[in-house]
Amino acid sequence: MPHVLGPVSQIPPGEGRSFIVDGVDIAVFHTRGGQFFATQAHCPHRGGPLADGLTDDATVVCPLHDRIYALASGEGIGNDCKLAVYLVQVKGDQILLDLTLDASRD
Amino acid sequence: MAKKKLVVVGNGMAGARAVEEVLARSGAEMFEITMFGAEPYGNYNRILLSNILCGIQDKSEIYINPLDWYAENGITLHAGSPVVDIDRASRKVRTESGIVASYDVLLIATGSRAFIPPVQGLNGPDGEMKAGIYGFRTIDDCDGIIGSAKTSRKAVVIGGGLLGLEAARGLMTHGCEVHLVHLGAYLMPAQLDSEAGRMLRTTMEKMGVKIHLERNTAEILGDANVTGLRFKDSTSLDCDLVVVAAGIRPNAEIGRSAGLTVERAIVVDNHMRSVDDMNIYVVGECAQHRGKVYGLVAPLWDQAKVFADHVTGADPDAAYHGSKLATKLKVMGVELASMGLTDPEHENDEVVRFSEARHGTYKKLIVRDGRLIGGILMGDISKAAYLMQAFDRETPLPEERLSLLFDLGTPPQKVTLDEMPAASQVCNCNGVTKAAIGACVASGKRTPKAVMAATRAGMGCGSCKGLVGEVVAWFCGGDVDEDPSVHFYVPCIPMAKPDLVAAIREKGLKSVSAVFAALAVDGRPDAASKPALASLLITLWNDAYEDERDARFINDRVHGNIQKDGTFSVVPEMPGGITTPAELMRIAQVAVKYDVPLVKLTGGQRIDLVGVAKQDLPGMWADLAMPAGWAWAKSYRTCKSCIGTDYCRFGLGDSMGLAKKIEGKFRGIDSPGKLKLATAGCPRNCSEAMVKDVGAVAIGDDRWEIYVGGAAGSHVRKGDVLCIVTGEDEAVRMTGRFMQWYRENAKYKERTHTFIERVGIDRARAVLVEDSEGIAAALDEAMEAACASVRDPWLERSAPKTENQFAAPIPVDA
Repeated sequence: MPHVLGPVSQIPPGEGRSFIVDGVDIAVFHTRGGQFFATQAHCPHRGGPLADGLTDDATVVCPLHDRIYALASGEGIGNDCKLAVYLVQVKGDQILLDLTLDASRD
Repeated sequence: MAKKKLVVVGNGMAGARAVEEVLARSGAEMFEITMFGAEPYGNYNRILLSNILCGIQDKSEIYINPLDWYAENGITLHAGSPVVDIDRASRKVRTESGIVASYDVLLIATGSRAFIPPVQGLNGPDGEMKAGIYGFRTIDDCDGIIGSAKTSRKAVVIGGGLLGLEAARGLMTHGCEVHLVHLGAYLMPAQLDSEAGRMLRTTMEKMGVKIHLERNTAEILGDANVTGLRFKDSTSLDCDLVVVAAGIRPNAEIGRSAGLTVERAIVVDNHMRSVDDMNIYVVGECAQHRGKVYGLVAPLWDQAKVFADHVTGADPDAAYHGSKLATKLKVMGVELASMGLTDPEHENDEVVRFSEARHGTYKKLIVRDGRLIGGILMGDISKAAYLMQAFDRETPLPEERLSLLFDLGTPPQKVTLDEMPAASQVCNCNGVTKAAIGACVASGKRTPKAVMAATRAGMGCGSCKGLVGEVVAWFCGGDVDEDPSVHFYVPCIPMAKPDLVAAIREKGLKSVSAVFAALAVDGRPDAASKPALASLLITLWNDAYEDERDARFINDRVHGNIQKDGTFSVVPEMPGGITTPAELMRIAQVAVKYDVPLVKLTGGQRIDLVGVAKQDLPGMWADLAMPAGWAWAKSYRTCKSCIGTDYCRFGLGDSMGLAKKIEGKFRGIDSPGKLKLATAGCPRNCSEAMVKDVGAVAIGDDRWEIYVGGAAGSHVRKGDVLCIVTGEDEAVRMTGRFMQWYRENAKYKERTHTFIERVGIDRARAVLVEDSEGIAAALDEAMEAACASVRDPWLERSAPKTENQFAAPIPVDA
């Protein structure tokens, strides 16, 4: 069963917010292009809060040391770290997150 | 073909080095080599004799080539067999003991001997030199001095040059009372001027050597043994040991008797060949080249090379052009470097001089036509390597002569890239070595930008970016690919800043997303470009800027500086570092209430509450009831001050008052890089205003020097004086004008010190002070408008700009 994170308005366009879903720290992003992505909350490099990072339609930049990750796959860009990513859907105005589904395996 | 016969007369440093150079050019196949030496030893390093005298080194340690070396290289050595005759007609030499050798090529390297002045009483009744008198030139001299010093009470050294001082130093270690007698008015006249000589005298006297200047020895007293000296001024000095170090004389007699031209020494041409005989060469202290006879070792090495090149045919055009004399030495524990002239010769010669007798430090340079032609460094010779190179190569000197004597606010001289070891780190933040950059270039990345992206070199604090570029260029052999994108303001829009500004104005783009849509190559946003564009749009539009918070770095979204653990810091405004007990109590209460883990004073004279959770920020700001200090932003940060005129007994201007005015006006002004300011109430500069982005220094009569482009962070640079203004209002105006010009023209993240070096302080003065472009009024106006549009961002505590702006991680349960 996906978790309901609440209304899309919780996350301003182009930004991310941190959630604790069933005890798991998750960063959820709302791109200016209107898409939603979810990744592990902390950068594997030094634990930077990824939800505070700068984003564009495809990537997030960690605010601590500028490591860049692809939002969809979690792959590091120019670095060999990788983020866990999760499947997010929007139903109506609600954000749904499935902790069991790793989006990168699709 | 039969080997030619090379005979070398002289087995000292010059002769042996010349033979080594010949051997290095396969000379053993061309020549049968025979060497004659007056001393019964292999050749040794004469320079180290003073160490033997001091007992620092043993005789066995100073040999350059032991006797085995001659045998191994097939050289016939006749040690202890001085040559007394050269028969040029039959090409033969003959020794005192009757050995005769014929030559095809003859090298004379007889060197020089101690000069013993012809004074009365030198010899005893038997006609031999009196016991207790020595030169200081050979191993035998050393042995004799050491033997006598054991029983000597009082020793005198005649001669205050380098050799005399060395002898005095050596004698000190043997427990006798040491006097030094010198004809001249100061010590070491060949290397020092009178002031340095005086300072050296003081140092030596402190060490226990008694110095007698301007004493001309008339007679050596005593019968068989020395008992004292009598001087021409009729004074006298008791002693039982005399070391004569009054200079050297070339051993040129052998040349004269062979009919060669001898002036002060045997005259040679540029090939180091006698001017009279094609088959005779001369090197070392017995050679006179272009009127000069050299007594130092460096010229000798050069001469030996030229001789070897020429005689072996390795380079038939090899020529010696004379040597510029520069030496570095240590006398009596005092470090010295000396080069060229010791005093100016022409009216226009420029003298740069520093003297601090208390510490025995003396520096003097003589400059002619922008080139170094002489210098003395004593006590501190840290700049010697650079100066000796500049002297030798006659390179142009920097305009700021002071930097020749001291490293002021500049990083220590860089090792050249050739010298830099492969394993040395270029980027300390990311641990990238020279070798790693080399590997990256070899893999095909031939621009600094590509190398930086691949290795992360220069991507930390950024202070090594310039060096990374140089290392990349070095590996590319100077053939770096031109990367046009380095000129772009942001990577995704192919425009330099002026073009981008024009396009934004023309299209009326007021938000970052609008800029991407209109100008980015693919019309899409680029995360890394957002903050740079936001900064630019604020500068261009002020109030009309459409503030999209996702375009801003997290610090500018929550108005605090993010820390390594994702917490933030809170720095309230505190202009000039001035606070009140009430404020301090509030700050303390807030720190207690929110359990702030670290309370720290910042470098900008403020108080930093560090380790604050995002969700606590609004509450803390409310409780503090102080304006934001902007300590997180690329913006005007703060203005430090000293205590100024209120209490300081030296204050010339109200630095605290001016700091308050500056902070009140410019707080929060966004800019390409952070702006840290300071005001100083007098040129003592306690608030470090000269190393700030902008600094105002009071110089009296209500006048202020405005410094710009200073830095004291990862890069250290003293600011340039932009102008001197009268009155605080004018100081504020020029500060604002400079900052606005910087805001409009600097690249993103380009600090003022880089900016000012790029545009040049002269241009800054022309534009900002003389108004050469007629934009001064517009800059002032633009700054006024910018100031008027700034709001205290901490007021967002009660009116958040975005949803969940300060939220803690939002819990979601199943």
